Amino acid sequence: MATHQEIEPGGHAHPGAKEYVLVAVALGFLTGIEVAVYYIDAVRPWLAHLLIILSAVKFFLVASFFMHLKFDNRLFSSLFVGGLILAISLGISLLALFHNLFV
Amino acid sequence: MATTVVHGVPATAAPPQTRVYRGIWSWVTTVDHKRIGVLYGVTAFAFFLIGGLEALLIRTQLAVPNNTLIHPDLYNQLFTMHGTTMIFLVVMPLSVAFFNIVVPLQIGARDVAFPRLNALSYWIFVTGGIFLNLGWLLGASPNAGWFSYANLTERAYNPGPGQDFWALGLLVLGTASMAGAFNFAVTIINMRAPGMSLMRMPVFTWMTFVTSFLIIFAFPIITVALIELTFDRHFGTNFFNAAAGVDGDSLLWWHMFWLFGHPEVYILILPAMGIVSEVLPVFSRKPLFGYAVVVYSGIAIGFVSFGVWVHHMFTTGLGPVANAVFLTTTMAVAVPTGVKIFNWIATLWGGSIRLTTAMLYAIAFVSMFTIGGLSGVSHAVVPSDWQQHGTYYIVAHFHYVLFGGAIMGLFAGIYYWWPKVTGRLLDEKLGKLQFWVMLIGFNVTFGPMHFLGMDGMPRRVFTYPEGMGWDLWNMVASIGAYLMAFGVLLFIHNAAVSLRRGQPAGGDPWDGRTLEWSIPSPPPAYNFATIPVVHGRDAWWLMKHPHRAEREGTTDTDRVDLQVAGRHVGVVETPDDPSRESPAAYEDAHSLGIHLPDGSWFPVITAFGLTFFAAGLIFGMWLSGIGLLMMVFGAYAWCYEPING
Amino acid sequence: MEHAVATAHAAEHEHRTSTGLDNRKLVMWAFLASDCLFFGSFISAYMIYRGRSPSGPCPHECVLNGVHYDGVFNIPYTSVSAFVLLMSSLTMVLALAAIQRGNHRGLRIWLLATALLGSVFVGGQYFEFTTFYQKGLSLSSNLFGTTFFVLTGFHGAHVTVGIIMLLSLLLTSLLGRLPASDSLTVELTGLYWHFVDVVWIVIFTVVYLLPM
Repeated sequence: MATHQEIEPGGHAHPGAKEYVLVAVALGFLTGIEVAVYYIDAVRPWLAHLLIILSAVKFFLVASFFMHLKFDNRLFSSLFVGGLILAISLGISLLALFHNLFV
Repeated sequence: MATTVVHGVPATAAPPQTRVYRGIWSWVTTVDHKRIGVLYGVTAFAFFLIGGLEALLIRTQLAVPNNTLIHPDLYNQLFTMHGTTMIFLVVMPLSVAFFNIVVPLQIGARDVAFPRLNALSYWIFVTGGIFLNLGWLLGASPNAGWFSYANLTERAYNPGPGQDFWALGLLVLGTASMAGAFNFAVTIINMRAPGMSLMRMPVFTWMTFVTSFLIIFAFPIITVALIELTFDRHFGTNFFNAAAGVDGDSLLWWHMFWLFGHPEVYILILPAMGIVSEVLPVFSRKPLFGYAVVVYSGIAIGFVSFGVWVHHMFTTGLGPVANAVFLTTTMAVAVPTGVKIFNWIATLWGGSIRLTTAMLYAIAFVSMFTIGGLSGVSHAVVPSDWQQHGTYYIVAHFHYVLFGGAIMGLFAGIYYWWPKVTGRLLDEKLGKLQFWVMLIGFNVTFGPMHFLGMDGMPRRVFTYPEGMGWDLWNMVASIGAYLMAFGVLLFIHNAAVSLRRGQPAGGDPWDGRTLEWSIPSPPPAYNFATIPVVHGRDAWWLMKHPHRAEREGTTDTDRVDLQVAGRHVGVVETPDDPSRESPAAYEDAHSLGIHLPDGSWFPVITAFGLTFFAAGLIFGMWLSGIGLLMMVFGAYAWCYEPING
Repeated sequence: MEHAVATAHAAEHEHRTSTGLDNRKLVMWAFLASDCLFFGSFISAYMIYRGRSPSGPCPHECVLNGVHYDGVFNIPYTSVSAFVLLMSSLTMVLALAAIQRGNHRGLRIWLLATALLGSVFVGGQYFEFTTFYQKGLSLSSNLFGTTFFVLTGFHGAHVTVGIIMLLSLLLTSLLGRLPASDSLTVELTGLYWHFVDVVWIVIFTVVYLLPM
């Protein structure tokens, strides 16, 4: 009966329900901070940088833990990160070409 | 020394196939990669004839100045459909035909990773290709060029359904290409025979692999551009609407299109480069010179191809910084391409050359593609491009690389792999005649276009005045076009003769180097009775000549680690005896304990559903509704269908 | 008895692969990589046209060509719906954990929860969009309307397809045809769902929060 956890080549052990809830709490917390800094006038000059960093951390948490990339074979991460990097590079190039990069 | 049967699954009595189709229905429901490949090849060739007819009409119109044979609006439709057809309905599907037939055989697999998805790709190609051409029946084919520049394509300037056939047709066809790309990428990653590491794969398989990733990453971009165009035309959006008070930017289309369009041209050429990399070594009786370098160059081309798209837009006023950056990247992409040319030449050098028709086409590829590449390098130089852009010089360039390159490479593949698919040889005398007629006709057609372009003749014009100095070369080019058409007819004749009474080919008529030649021609449904164990590059050559360990130093006592579902289960020590063709050549799959997937109706149903869904935007939402129902039904039935494979 | 048959059936399908990884998981990740380019292109179009609408409703309060517009965005509202979608990723991964432990009841509960949270998100978007529409924002109002609605619309369509897949899985499980050995199907649906969530993380930041 295959109810035990199959571990793929290159993979490690699973996180459990508790870890998942912790990640979810972190995600909620980070979202809260994002919204909070949006309203704080004092950090306005740094708002863009803060938001990008915070959203990147959230992205990383979901991809690594919920999508299990941290524990899976590196090939999956390479595929996904490859597409991501290409998308970001092309996006930045386009913005530069339209002179709208830092707006 | 015992030979180990390598299946990974203990051989049990295979369940009999539950769904058996006969005759034409066996073709409609087939999920066999070899049959799907043949379907692709035949359908693509039919579109080749249509695209060729469109070209002949263009060249007839342009043979003399001030010609009134073809109305300007029809002319615009002709060159639009000629380009669109040749790129999306001929070169790409012909390449996919070879991916299908050859790649699983070259990697020692029984089929691709997702056989039904494979069938889906083909049926979407058929329905989408027909849909794209439906405009002809309504007198309203797309007419804004294969690149469909905004804002000429906006509803305000192009109110008929032509552009919708183009945008929706390509959206549909794009899904077929993507499905195929996912399939081949996973197949190559995951279904190689034991011992076949990535650097032991044949170069054609490698180029298929790189092309698949180009498709995976480039097609979403054109998908978005086409959606944006369709929304502009039907739902009132303003993506490319440059009207005052709206301030959309037509240039956004150019960027989106060429961000896809440039990787697309490498999608068109890399498979042909792969074919040439197979044919040249076999008929030089030498391994490919610099295999690793050729592979890495292919990968490099793939990467850099995403960084050069603005060279199609040097005349749009982006400024010196942008122009300079993309001049540099465009020069850069020529480097790995040039490296491959040198490797091919070095492969020929000192080889024992057999000038079969396939070999002639492969050598023609190298020379014609080089010419096209040289004119391409001249386009990279921005000031030079400012003169060449929009002239026949560009037309010459891309026909040299796409016909002299891609099509000739594909013909090399046709002559090379025809015996494997059909079990018969094409006639070599006829083939050589056909080759020379084609090569001469091609050069007579497109060579003079360099001069026409330099003399200032613009492209995309339905006629030209007398006294511009263009009359002679236009006439010459048109004569060349008819010569090319004759060459194509000769090929059809050769094919028909071969099928009817061609000389039977054995499994290995060319003394080949790769695994597809180790099985009978045509191959049995299951490909390999026993999955081969691979010990080096040019795996079949190694099996035939085990005492000649090639440059890798691998020998026939190579120990191959066997993994099943990630767990080490043993070690395989010996090669199969290469001298016998599969002894089970005429045993069927069932008696060998191999079970093959049943055919399925759901790919073809889903394909029609998708096309109806798209077509509804032109013909009425009721059609979209029917299409959606068919797609949902097809998809669900597919998911719950047992495949027994 | 059915269990054993199902397990044997699954074992038959465990064909040897060169990497040891499952074909379907590989293709799902390749698909998600390509979807990055899909959403990246729409997000790029949004970013290129940002601040370039000569008229019409703006995301936040603005004055264009002498005309004052209230902003359409309601950040607290959208924050809540973003939070809802994030929590749906949690329930999704709990559904997967459940079936991997053979807990079918847990699977069904968490699948339903995910589908419900996803529906709340989509419903919230629908309500949000009608408010924007009433303020004059539409596909054709200006560049902001065009790029915003098409981007978020396709995201919402992805979520909707995801909800349909989740409900299909739920139904399959209720019919007793989703064995623990087939947890990969749930895992792959989960990957798709998390991706859709991750795209919203980007959209929420870039579209709603990023300052001009």
